[in-house]
Amino acid sequence: MNVDVLVVGAGPAGLSAAVELRRLGVGTVLVADREASAGGVPRHSWHTGYGLRDLRRIMTGPAYARALADAAVSAGAEVLVGTTVTGLSCGRCAQLTSVRGIETVQARAVLLATGCRERPRAARLVPGDRPAGVMTTGELQQRVYLGGERLAGAAVVVGAEHVSFSAATTLAHAGARVVALVTEFGRQQSYFAFRLGAALRWRVPVWTGCMVSRIVGHDELSGVEVTSVGSGRVRFVPCSTVVFTADWIPDHELARAAGLEIDAGTRGPVVDTALETSWAGVFAAGNLVHAAETAGIAALSGRHAARSIAAALGTVADTGVARVPVRVEAPLRWISPNAVGSAAAPPLGRFVLRSGEFRRLARLEVRQDGRLLARSRPLRLIPGRPVHLDAAWLAQVDPNSGPVRVATRS
Amino acid sequence: MTGDSVADVVIVGAGVVGTAIARTLAGFSLSCVLVDAACDVGTGTSKANTAILHTGFDAKPGTLESRLLSRGSALLRSYAAMAGIPVERTGALLVAWTPEQAAALPSIEANARQNGYLAIRHVPVPALYAREPSLGPGAVAAVEIPDESIICPWTTPLAFATEAVAAGVRLVFSSAVTGVTDLGDAYSLETSRGSLRCRWVVNAAGLGSDVIDRMFGGGGFTIRPRRGELIVFDKLARTLLRSILLPVPTARTKGVLVAPTVYGNVLLGPTAEDVPSVLDTATTETGLGSLLAAGRRILPGLDGEEVTATYAGLRAATEHSDYQIYVDGARRYACVAGIRSTGLSASLGIAEHVVAELDAAGLVLRARPEFVPAPPVMPYIGEAGVRPYQDAGRIAADPAYGEIVCHCERVTRGEVRDALASPVPPADLGGLHRRTRAMNGRCQGFYCAAAVSRIFAAGGP
Repeated sequence: MNVDVLVVGAGPAGLSAAVELRRLGVGTVLVADREASAGGVPRHSWHTGYGLRDLRRIMTGPAYARALADAAVSAGAEVLVGTTVTGLSCGRCAQLTSVRGIETVQARAVLLATGCRERPRAARLVPGDRPAGVMTTGELQQRVYLGGERLAGAAVVVGAEHVSFSAATTLAHAGARVVALVTEFGRQQSYFAFRLGAALRWRVPVWTGCMVSRIVGHDELSGVEVTSVGSGRVRFVPCSTVVFTADWIPDHELARAAGLEIDAGTRGPVVDTALETSWAGVFAAGNLVHAAETAGIAALSGRHAARSIAAALGTVADTGVARVPVRVEAPLRWISPNAVGSAAAPPLGRFVLRSGEFRRLARLEVRQDGRLLARSRPLRLIPGRPVHLDAAWLAQVDPNSGPVRVATRS
Repeated sequence: MTGDSVADVVIVGAGVVGTAIARTLAGFSLSCVLVDAACDVGTGTSKANTAILHTGFDAKPGTLESRLLSRGSALLRSYAAMAGIPVERTGALLVAWTPEQAAALPSIEANARQNGYLAIRHVPVPALYAREPSLGPGAVAAVEIPDESIICPWTTPLAFATEAVAAGVRLVFSSAVTGVTDLGDAYSLETSRGSLRCRWVVNAAGLGSDVIDRMFGGGGFTIRPRRGELIVFDKLARTLLRSILLPVPTARTKGVLVAPTVYGNVLLGPTAEDVPSVLDTATTETGLGSLLAAGRRILPGLDGEEVTATYAGLRAATEHSDYQIYVDGARRYACVAGIRSTGLSASLGIAEHVVAELDAAGLVLRARPEFVPAPPVMPYIGEAGVRPYQDAGRIAADPAYGEIVCHCERVTRGEVRDALASPVPPADLGGLHRRTRAMNGRCQGFYCAAAVSRIFAAGGP
């Protein structure tokens, strides 16, 4: 099968890209998604607030997922669900498995929009037993909202970011009593947490400076040990569910297995401001390149990549522009995009970053080989929350010099 | 389950050793029952180990373990090829990191030759790094054991049990043996779910074998569970190594190894710690921390890779250094205990030995007329072969093999359906994952657990 563009992943980024590609006159756009229905994570996220940034109206996750999927089909994209892209070659040739069999798709351009997931308990190296009742928010939401499961008893949520409060809400909906949100940090990290909590009547305590240090229970979870980071004091908290939230990692397996260059910070493929990867004609967008931003930001990232792709399809492929890496220094964890190639502006005209620590009034400084390119106004850095850096300095980057470095100065 | 019928043999313990004995006895005109306290085959030591098919090169020469390991390993290699048990002959490299360790290599080579393993050979350091370019710096010497292999520890006891069931062995699960009454010409085994009558008893109860042994007047050994914690790294780490990377063993433990798995992951472990309880399979902060430190030295590239799973298994060690295997003809009782960490590799050798001993002790073994023993053909869940999702012909014949339900491990609805309909079906989600790999991948259920649980609930027992 030959197509103009193959989009891998029918979440907000992939579907929005498909709509934009068709709007810009690209002929054949094929979107493949391994799940049974299109829409990505919003399919099982029942709180409202979706659509504001990209569709200019507010709706629940499932309604938003449907709206995006319908828009892609109406725009003339072909959306194949239950279809896994199992491999990708640098010639933009992909292998697909589905009930239809094994298919080969040759594309003029490929957009990877495979999203991200939360690190599960094992990946966080939390020791103890391996009982049932230990899950991520993704699993919790699917169990409760797609499967209609009820959860009885007490529950503990690990993390205190937006998604952690969303997990607490889901637990409460499912019938569980949320004992606490547990975070190693000195404070919670969600600005709308208390608003959300108040609105939904579930005021959940946040235990700051604490970590879940052990899982206890043979077949079923009997509880968790919570250790105070400062004092080292350990207490046992009985519960039958523990949800590990946030701590995102991009679903980069297809990109890595294919051999795309991977950014050490985001752990997604390295992308320039046009969202092109290290392979000409292969682009990446959404939470694969910034895990995790909101669905609306992922959608706009997909739209941005679509414009780059449409432009690339109109030109002679592989111009071989030299790319300058963009790197961050601690406490900054990552920046996206993380390369500068053409003069194209990044999505929304800005870079997005993450910090590993809280900082009040920190300025971001952008330098190339010691030369100061830009200095931001004082910013507040909160782990798990986006920090934005205006891209006005792009034109000053010397394509023949060393990496651009972004650091904090207080 | 109480019946008036008296079985010829009851085998207590459906681990890899018990199931191997069951399939071997099934070839004779005997009525056999395989009973286990758990709800499935292979839920104890058999499911949580390093998944290596040992040659036995490092066993203590002259021991029963050495002999049965060498024999069992050869038997299992050919059985696995017939039954579709994933095995990859990766070979092992035993690496010395200090001059003292290097000085121990000649005795390790001599020990291997004494065990009849002659293929062990010295590997020069440049050749070592040429073969394992990601190996950490500082290796001073190495020997190669080319026949050490990796194996699927889950399919192995399942294949034995499937073959046994096809030959008429009855499986009785969720029945812990709590006592025994000697009826003169038979025993009545009391279990948590009723009693079982039999003439002979084979004790292959692993971590519980000392308790069973005392019921039959034994008491010559005590199980001292030794916990081994392990870390499974993401499949993206698989390119970091080709062989099993072994340390130089100490008097106490074989040490921490790094090995590929047949599912395409990388395994790091085990620790070795004596624990008081046969139930204590918890991982610890100290244990995982020490493994990561060891892994960082052996294969520094592991540091940047994601951990997919952590687990702990218990080796059924005793105060003795060798297997505790004896058959008492007068009591019509066989004890097959203290198998420590070599049960998977030695299983078929142990079964062959135990059946010969039973024969000598008076169990009447008559060949079954017109019975042709045949290993079953198990669903292949390794990475070395063609998986259903990669098989166009199979998907065309049955589209359920094109419907991937577990994305990380690429397990299809067809494979889950087959497992649920198999002769030894899973009793819980853990059993399903040991049969199919479903939910066993890097997301640990973020994407698939809810859906796979629903399929299981709809089609399960």
